Amino acid sequence: MGSLLSGCERGLSGDAEFATFPKNPDVFIDGFSSGLEYRPFAGSKFTAFTVDNQTKYAGSAAMRFDIPNVGDPNGAFAGAIFPDMGGRDLSGYDALTFWAKASQGATINEIGFGNDFGENKYLVTLNNMRIGTAWTQYTIPIPDPSKLTYEKGLFWYAEGPEGGNGYTIWIDEVKFEKLGTVAQPRPSILNGEDKTEQTFIGVSTTLTGLTQTFNLSSGQDVTVAAAPSYFTFSSTDVDVAQVNENGVVSIVGTGTATITAVLNGVKAKGSLTIESLGTFQNAPTPPARNAADVISVFSDAYTNIPVDFYNGYFAPFQTTLGGADLTINGDNLIQYTNLNFVATEFKNPTINVSSMTHLHVDIQIRESIDPGDFISIELGDFGANGAFGGGDDSSARVQFTSGSLSSNQWISLDIPLSSFVMASKANLAQIFFISDATISTILVDNMYFYK
Amino acid sequence: MKRANQSDASVLVVIAKRLVLSTFFALALSCTDDTQQVVTMGTLVMQDEFDTPGAPDPTIWNYDIGTGQNGWGNNELQYYTDRPKNVTVQNGYLIITADKESYNGSSYTSARLLTKGKFAQTYGRFEARMRLPWGQGLWPAFWMLGADIDSVTWPNCGEIDIMEYRGQDPTILVGSVHGPGYSGGNAISKSYELKNDRFDTGFHVFGIEWGPSYINYYVDDVLYNQITPADVPGTWVFNKPFFILINVAVGGNFVGAPTSETVFPQTMLIDYVRVYK
Repeated sequence: MGSLLSGCERGLSGDAEFATFPKNPDVFIDGFSSGLEYRPFAGSKFTAFTVDNQTKYAGSAAMRFDIPNVGDPNGAFAGAIFPDMGGRDLSGYDALTFWAKASQGATINEIGFGNDFGENKYLVTLNNMRIGTAWTQYTIPIPDPSKLTYEKGLFWYAEGPEGGNGYTIWIDEVKFEKLGTVAQPRPSILNGEDKTEQTFIGVSTTLTGLTQTFNLSSGQDVTVAAAPSYFTFSSTDVDVAQVNENGVVSIVGTGTATITAVLNGVKAKGSLTIESLGTFQNAPTPPARNAADVISVFSDAYTNIPVDFYNGYFAPFQTTLGGADLTINGDNLIQYTNLNFVATEFKNPTINVSSMTHLHVDIQIRESIDPGDFISIELGDFGANGAFGGGDDSSARVQFTSGSLSSNQWISLDIPLSSFVMASKANLAQIFFISDATISTILVDNMYFYK
Repeated sequence: MKRANQSDASVLVVIAKRLVLSTFFALALSCTDDTQQVVTMGTLVMQDEFDTPGAPDPTIWNYDIGTGQNGWGNNELQYYTDRPKNVTVQNGYLIITADKESYNGSSYTSARLLTKGKFAQTYGRFEARMRLPWGQGLWPAFWMLGADIDSVTWPNCGEIDIMEYRGQDPTILVGSVHGPGYSGGNAISKSYELKNDRFDTGFHVFGIEWGPSYINYYVDDVLYNQITPADVPGTWVFNKPFFILINVAVGGNFVGAPTSETVFPQTMLIDYVRVYK
């Protein structure tokens, strides 16, 4: 009160400054810069990184990375982050630069900054960086420097063998710079495509393909993968779809909304238009059964067997996309698009359904049904050798023609296993859905055998 | 070629507003303002500030239309038009737009303005403040040709390239003269690299100061070259009137063709063109 009465109450002095972090641009010049640490990825070859005093671009030392051979007992790949956990203010720079060469021509899988083994909020990755045997300077631009007022992840990389063989990379003079020539920003979401997705209330989907492209003084464009937090996302109708700072789109109502993004004032190429069809009717919940009476491949009601995949992407004839990557109202679903045929495979181990009586599966066809449309369900048995081929495989299919199908509602099929006439059902490993492209988009749920 | 630098640039007579400096030496090194005045050539003879929206001032500017012979002698790929789509004045700028479109058999369109028959001058200070386009295959230029070109033909008429630039080298400016015995690939030429900046992200002043026995080349406050009769292996043909050209070419011998990565449309913004004597 005294100070108030005397009129001495103080506001923020003009001299007051917000706490700032070191602006040190150096990462590795001839050694670890102040605060820099080496933290290899779990599963990587921890000894892959050393400081090389013999081979260097300039000064007295370079970073050396010995990428392991395939089968190296010490780790299948090399990868690490180099953070300064105290944080640095990099907002005055526009790029990370370094000189690098390798013992052979190679393509480094991932290299960049912003990885701190934490939130990785401002992660930047240059994918598939080509490297040769001559020292070359590389520039990894910062998508929006104003974001990096407190950045811990100064440098990171991950690389595996090339064609099975290990090799060596040298990287030197790693530092952040204000080049002034990082220009013509062209951000993208969804890799620049305008996509439309039919979906339902309760579905969440994550925006992918987030990139920033700059033109460098060399005249070359460089495109980096940029974390969602570099972008500001917006929805044309927040009563239909909302998007958070991590690029996760949540469907909250019925109707149409378009998601777009801006990076540092530049509109990103690409958009996601949501066509929300409203409330989704989940497939009927399977009845309670004794564990011995059911072998479940895919359901939220029973314990599922180990499944290798829900889409084998069999080349060259398969067009089907999608798999078990959809969750609506907490219920996991399989969604296939561009369907011609697709297999769910479970060979580790195969299953014996000889004692079961039925296959149950719920299918929803997300399009109108034409007279020639059909869906066949095929079982594949790998025979006594438990592996594809070897002359002991058998299979059989049951077809459902258009008259027995309906669109946009669940079709619950309980197919007697006796309908599948095949040599063996003791080493079952595959369930196929086949439409020969007559039906393109389906949802699948509750795929199990029972008695 | 004589390599003039700032310390021997006694002919550099630019003075930045708001800067009071005691010597030319310090002036050339210290000035960071691209607004300039001329001391020895301070009489404004011609100017276009591009303040009237619409088509450029017809009392100053003509157009070259079409593809010329062999792409204007350089295998350039664009078709020049005078359509507003390719050339217009807006918001205080002359805007030349190079676009990728099928037009009269060409795959690109753009514009080339010239003062031929409307304005030509012997000697003086010629400058323009511009922001350049970018990307592989873009070739903007601010240049001059001898006004007697129709009678003596090129290169005898002489050519002064105040600014040429390759879109794939966004930091590098090229200034040249062409004349008899030193034309095309044998032009007397010098490039200047901008440090920590580019020509496509902001405006820069490109100019020459041309007298009876010299042509000085400068960008912003930097004199980067001087060409004199001693520097050319043929006749000095720069003692007669020249007219001005401004264009954005696409492709051609100097730059090569655009690639799929070249972004179109591309624009060149010209804030002003001024000529002093």
